[in-house]
Amino acid sequence: MTAALRFDPIRLPPECEQLRKEVRAFLAEEIAAGTFDPHKPNREDTDVPEFSRKVGAKGWLGMTWPKKYGGHERSFLERYVVTEEMRVANAPTRRFFVADRQSGPVLLKYAPENIKMDILPRICRGEVCFAIGMSEPNSGSDLFAAKTRATPTDGGYLINGTKIWTSSAHIADYMIAIFRTSPPTKENRRHGLTQFLVKMKQPGIQVNPIGQITGQFEFNEVVFTDFFVPADHVLGEVDGAWKQATSELAYERSGPERFLETYYVLTELVRAVGKNPDTRSAEGIGRLVAQLHTMRRMSVSVAGMLQAGKEPVVEASIVKDIGTVWEQALPHRVRDLAAFVEETATNRETLEDQLSFAIKTAPKLTIQGGTTEVLRGIIARGLGLR
Amino acid sequence: MAESENIVAETAEKIFADLADAQTINRDKEGKWKGPLWKALTEAGLPLAWVPEDCGGSGASLAEGFGVLSAAGRHAVAVPLAETMLAGWLLAQAKISSPDGEMTVAPASPRDRITVNADGSLTGKARGVPFAKAAKHIAVLASGNGGLQIALVDAAKCRIEAGIGLGGDQSDTVTFDKVQPVATKPAGKGFDQTQLMLMGGVARSLQIAGALESMLEISVRYSNERVAFEKKISKFQAVQHNLARLAGESAAALAAATSAADAIANATAFNDEVFLEAAAAKIRCSEAAEKGGGIAHQVHGAIGFTIEHILHRYSLRALAWRDDFGSESYWAVELGKLVANRGADELWPLVASR
Repeated sequence: MTAALRFDPIRLPPECEQLRKEVRAFLAEEIAAGTFDPHKPNREDTDVPEFSRKVGAKGWLGMTWPKKYGGHERSFLERYVVTEEMRVANAPTRRFFVADRQSGPVLLKYAPENIKMDILPRICRGEVCFAIGMSEPNSGSDLFAAKTRATPTDGGYLINGTKIWTSSAHIADYMIAIFRTSPPTKENRRHGLTQFLVKMKQPGIQVNPIGQITGQFEFNEVVFTDFFVPADHVLGEVDGAWKQATSELAYERSGPERFLETYYVLTELVRAVGKNPDTRSAEGIGRLVAQLHTMRRMSVSVAGMLQAGKEPVVEASIVKDIGTVWEQALPHRVRDLAAFVEETATNRETLEDQLSFAIKTAPKLTIQGGTTEVLRGIIARGLGLR
Repeated sequence: MAESENIVAETAEKIFADLADAQTINRDKEGKWKGPLWKALTEAGLPLAWVPEDCGGSGASLAEGFGVLSAAGRHAVAVPLAETMLAGWLLAQAKISSPDGEMTVAPASPRDRITVNADGSLTGKARGVPFAKAAKHIAVLASGNGGLQIALVDAAKCRIEAGIGLGGDQSDTVTFDKVQPVATKPAGKGFDQTQLMLMGGVARSLQIAGALESMLEISVRYSNERVAFEKKISKFQAVQHNLARLAGESAAALAAATSAADAIANATAFNDEVFLEAAAAKIRCSEAAEKGGGIAHQVHGAIGFTIEHILHRYSLRALAWRDDFGSESYWAVELGKLVANRGADELWPLVASR
């Protein structure tokens, strides 16, 4: 075995508790003002630009980034608190979530100064939406089989090909995508892909919405036809995207969004069973809460280790593996228990609506952002099996 | 406290490595290893780690003692170390000095009750008391007219029906038939049986998590050695994914148990947040014992099912430890009641409180 797994019992520092109060107060105001309904995760429109700008104005976007780019130089644990409170409230985070979690950090690391100065402050103000262009019709989990070409031309590259399952592409201002700049080599099949910043909403890009089994239209097919990308929009090393793709994954994999996606059905079940549950309901709820608590402690632990400069790559993959498997099963377990809820429970209809949506959402949870199979492969590698 | 900074746990780890090697123990059918191990643990002051110096112990912190229990779990130690530590801790709650030698605690189940009679003697029955037969003394939590009392009892004065638990360790029924304790004092203000059960439950959680760490380690090692279908079985994706799941169970148990231990070690009051930590740890670790242990056996195949192989030392003990101080189903009911009673909108604040 390479190294023992570590989950230090990290506690959130006191400044997080003050922040949590502020976030809760803000969300309560927004709910009262009708910006969103926390009981309706299945609402049609999850893109609320005005909400995004308000969150930016609060200083809750780009929280950990340098101040010169509009960031706030706060800790990952503070960002963690904001993220989990938003998620639990079912706040409409679609517009800013990807930019804040993933795209901004990539730009910080690899974009030229002028682009950083241009885009990062706008992310921090909640003004821009990002998409991630990874999957293609014939390459999903096998990321490095991507074929969409970036061909050198005067002053930049011409892009031709198709990305697919691209969340938010229909509203996004930018996409960070990987395109093929060279063929793979015999020695390294991951060679030849380059990361690019793409400005959306321009000629040469066609975004075709794809309906999901939930009835929503969140992901898209994105077709590039002789689309021009300037040379300074290359992010990092040409042909070397594979070296860059893995370093941020620990942040992406272990956050609260990896086990809280269907949390709302548990709250609603607790509401439905009332103050004096029967033994079966009590046991069921107790087991679910024990899992939830454990997942959160694991996730906070990884956040704390990241903040301390450690690289808990395997631990982060484990959090996503068991977190997503759990949140996928959660609506089904809640359904088991909901069968015994009294007819008189006042929120019965809300619970049933939520269950219906959560059960339809469930299959995607172990696919998006790295399938269970891919994650277990990474964990197996960390264990010294591959 | 990080384990690397825990010199007490490091001492324990070294003693176990020297004197409780799983392979050696497994071959020793007469239990000759027990004497030297207990002597070394005693000389290092570990059984009475949680007893203040003025009560005859070595005055280690709760965090240091919890580290010892993790190490004990990693070695699936089958001497009453955890039990003596818990007994010493319980006695210290009432400032009763701890005697030398092995001890255990009663009750060891949340449903058993011992009562203090008017003459100060104890009556009642405690089932599934670990290592009662091996113990010289029993630390007892009992209720009387004057409220909860903590008593030190000479084990020889009790009727002890020997039993063997799932892991092969003693799990006995102790009957107190008007037994006069060596000492009795009121339990500290606010102390109750739930706290004793949860403290025991966290001890068992740490032991289970430790056993799972070892099960993961030996399963990974075995999969890298065993050849089938002309390659190491670790190269089969099905095996890799099973081991990844075992790592997940081990990780969840470790995180839940160490978090609960940290919560208790730093608690200023025994509130709902501490209850959540401790109950959740026992529930999650017990579930992990089943799922993780099952995978460890699956990876080992038939050899892991033999008495000669060391796997059962970990897998069966982890399963047995689920039953002590309240099973996962018991604590799930209690936790579910607590959550329901607080109400739906108080669930997230409880979970996010730390």
